[in-house]
Amino acid sequence: MTTGSWLITGARPLGGDPADVLISDGRVAEIGRVAAGAAAERLDGDGLILLPGLVDLHTHLREPGREDAETVSTGTAAAALGGFTAVHAMANTDPVADTAGVVEQIWRLGRQAGRCDVQPVGAVTVGLAGSQLAELGAMADSAAQVRVFSDDGRCVHDAVLMRRALEYVRAFGGVIAQHAQEPRLTAGAQVNEGVISGRLGLAGWPAVAEEAVIARDCLLAAHVGSALHVCHVSTAGSVEIIRWAKSKGWQVTAEVTPHHLLLTEELASGYDPVFKVNPPLRTAEDVAALRAGLADGTIDCVATDHAPHPLEDKETEWEVAAFGMTGLETALRAVHEALVEPGLLDWAGVADRMSSRPAAIGRLSGHGRLLPGEPANLVLYDPSPADAVDPAAHASKSRNTPFAGMVLPGRVMATFLRGKPTVLDGKLAW
Amino acid sequence: MRHATDRQGQAPAKTVLEPAEISRALTRIAHEILERTNGADDVVLLGIPTRGVPLARRLAERLEHVEGRPVPAGSLDITMYRDDLRLRPARALGHTEVPPVGIDGRVVVLVDDVLYSGRTVRAALDALGDIGRPRAVQLAVLVDRGHRELPIRADYVGKNLPTSQRELVRVLLTEVDGQDAVVLGVNLTATARGEEAR
Amino acid sequence: MNRHLISAGDLSHDDALLILDTADELARMSERPVKKLPTLRGRTVVNLFYEDSTRTRISFEAAAKRLSADVINFSAKGSSVAKGESLKDTALTLEAMGADAVVIRHSASGAPHRLAGWVRGSVVNAGDGAHEHPTQALLDAFTMRRRLGRLDGIRVTIVGDVLHSRVARSNVLLLSTLGAEVTLVAPPTLLPVAVGSWPCSVGYDLDAALPKADVVMMLRVQQERMNAAYFPSVREYSRRYGLDAGRMALLPEHGIVMHPGPMNRGVEIAAEVADSTRSTIVEQVANGVSVRMAVLYLLLSGSEVTQ
Repeated sequence: MTTGSWLITGARPLGGDPADVLISDGRVAEIGRVAAGAAAERLDGDGLILLPGLVDLHTHLREPGREDAETVSTGTAAAALGGFTAVHAMANTDPVADTAGVVEQIWRLGRQAGRCDVQPVGAVTVGLAGSQLAELGAMADSAAQVRVFSDDGRCVHDAVLMRRALEYVRAFGGVIAQHAQEPRLTAGAQVNEGVISGRLGLAGWPAVAEEAVIARDCLLAAHVGSALHVCHVSTAGSVEIIRWAKSKGWQVTAEVTPHHLLLTEELASGYDPVFKVNPPLRTAEDVAALRAGLADGTIDCVATDHAPHPLEDKETEWEVAAFGMTGLETALRAVHEALVEPGLLDWAGVADRMSSRPAAIGRLSGHGRLLPGEPANLVLYDPSPADAVDPAAHASKSRNTPFAGMVLPGRVMATFLRGKPTVLDGKLAW
Repeated sequence: MRHATDRQGQAPAKTVLEPAEISRALTRIAHEILERTNGADDVVLLGIPTRGVPLARRLAERLEHVEGRPVPAGSLDITMYRDDLRLRPARALGHTEVPPVGIDGRVVVLVDDVLYSGRTVRAALDALGDIGRPRAVQLAVLVDRGHRELPIRADYVGKNLPTSQRELVRVLLTEVDGQDAVVLGVNLTATARGEEAR
Repeated sequence: MNRHLISAGDLSHDDALLILDTADELARMSERPVKKLPTLRGRTVVNLFYEDSTRTRISFEAAAKRLSADVINFSAKGSSVAKGESLKDTALTLEAMGADAVVIRHSASGAPHRLAGWVRGSVVNAGDGAHEHPTQALLDAFTMRRRLGRLDGIRVTIVGDVLHSRVARSNVLLLSTLGAEVTLVAPPTLLPVAVGSWPCSVGYDLDAALPKADVVMMLRVQQERMNAAYFPSVREYSRRYGLDAGRMALLPEHGIVMHPGPMNRGVEIAAEVADSTRSTIVEQVANGVSVRMAVLYLLLSGSEVTQ
């Protein structure tokens, strides 16, 4: 028996039959029937679903620059409570993460906090300004080993620049993650363009502004033989385009947020900016298409786009409020509600969409697999409770969750990062 | 004890004035007005909506019948002058129609169906003050049920009807209710005072 | 009635008629020597105007004063608001002042909704962004009823920049509630994408619509829209959608011309049309005070009734 070893008894790996899991030396040693006494610590996993630690391809940790909203420390605590063992931190910080120096700083902050692996995302263009390529190679070679590049928050809208970026990252197996939003079609946009925008008198964000960019980028990626990842897909049309691109064998992957799987534009009716997000909440038809797309694998994974904002940026008129919703602590519960409950996806599917595939897209080793020999990055989830979401209980510094007061199923009970518990009994372990 | 149809289906009500009695009371009031105003030369009748209005018209007809010339009659809605607006949901306004001769220098006879707390009449006096300056203001009511809360008295009364505050007095008129009657019932809901602050 | 008046869509058929009938009586009272009524004595009405609008503000001020309410004018320019005070902090200040009603005009759609969550008094929307302007719609309906004798079944054509118009939204909602038939006429670029779901019909041809219009309401068109490519030039807009004397002659005998103001004479409406007897533009202003008095009276009475 080694110190720091754990025996989880009677949990259900990937939702299957109960089994014991022995963790030793930071790795999964054995899955099956394990003798009692084999480990220093025990955890009763009866009734709990065991999944590989979740991997988020899209998080905003806000540090450096907006520590009033979130820090790497508070953000990774929130991630651990949500069952995540790795998060990709988007580059729209202040200063922007467009150099090796900044990405290394973020990477180090993650290691210091120690609750969740932080994989920095590098900006595609200098300052996210969309005109000059950032030093992608330097970021790739840095200690942070950046492989995913994104100007998220902004769209790389210049076709030539997008082409160059796609071509350039082939040298080191990188992937460009596009925030698809034609800027001129969405100037001043506030909500989805449709019935709600017309009624509320708010400038509309038409679906075509997302779909047209995705179509163009899929064609570009195919033309130059590179990998494209589409951030936060939000429309039925986008799902169709991605399905078509994949049918051609092109290297296109895509993500969807938990809120786009559950919420529609109707929620904007009261003008409460907690529902203001980019891309906006859309229609019930879009939600249905996104769920079906995630279920059939057209959409590869769920990514939270966790976007914390302080109160003063959300307690205002809609038009001046910041875009974005928090999501790390509610993601698994939201996916449970949106896909597992209606029988669209089973737990093995959840593991695939929330751990394995995002790990693969992010080129992250050590995450995404629940097998003997792999690092013990795990989450134990109790599917039975049904509680209202309480933002006051969140570890995130910010409270802007659209699910406040909404009843969602389930609760993350434990999270292990390389064999060390970050969350136990539903609370931070330290 | 005669029972009239009670529209709201409350405890059976008692009719205290029959149509003939109402008619006689109005005729007597008309003669009293003529006596006290020396022939109703510059009298203007203003009925307080709802039921004060047809009563004022009936009085005007009787005065005209006796004197042989028309007596101006109109209506004065007092809703905007009430002192209890915050305490009740907003009411629709009644119609105000001051006859073309106006009220300046005239004897205005306010006409209402029931005199109770006196607050309605107080509001009517305020309203009159914003319209003009009558020479005198008098009050004619079909029923005085007592329980004044202000120093207000009627000049002409059809019937004095001592009541308890738990009782409900309702005047029914053909023009509004399809029949003529004054009906006394028991108010089974909480505050009779609250229901009928007249 | 509701505690607030934020959208014309909040008003039921009966609520809307109650406001119009009350305004009728109040308009009559305005012909007296003493125009003041004691009804809202001791109440405080705050005019919170973030957008410059002398006319609307004065209309609300006159309405409140004629009901003997105390009026506090809070305009954005030169106040703490201009220095960046948030809407929420302004709301808390108004609460502390004991405002019974706040009349708010703001450039952001939804500002009255937000305000309603932060104050205990009644919120009256005097125009929020492109969303709504319910008292304008009420005074427009009042004007139509006075001129035409009824509202049920009348045919109203609204012309112009519907996409950015709060007046259009409120009018479509209120008129359809009151039984009128509404038609919108505009270039396709100035109509919301989902206008098909609105309770009205849509057309692009003004000449075809005019012979069937009991009322034609012209909306102001802003020249800046030309820069965002909503229409190619002011000249073309005026030629296709402007109401000149020739077009006015296409109206039926009894047809009236309305405009919420301020007008762009020569763009959406010719000077001679604006000044003709068919035009209700001047009386719309007078009617505004009576209608706003009715709204304030109906919202603030009974405010202490426990629901």
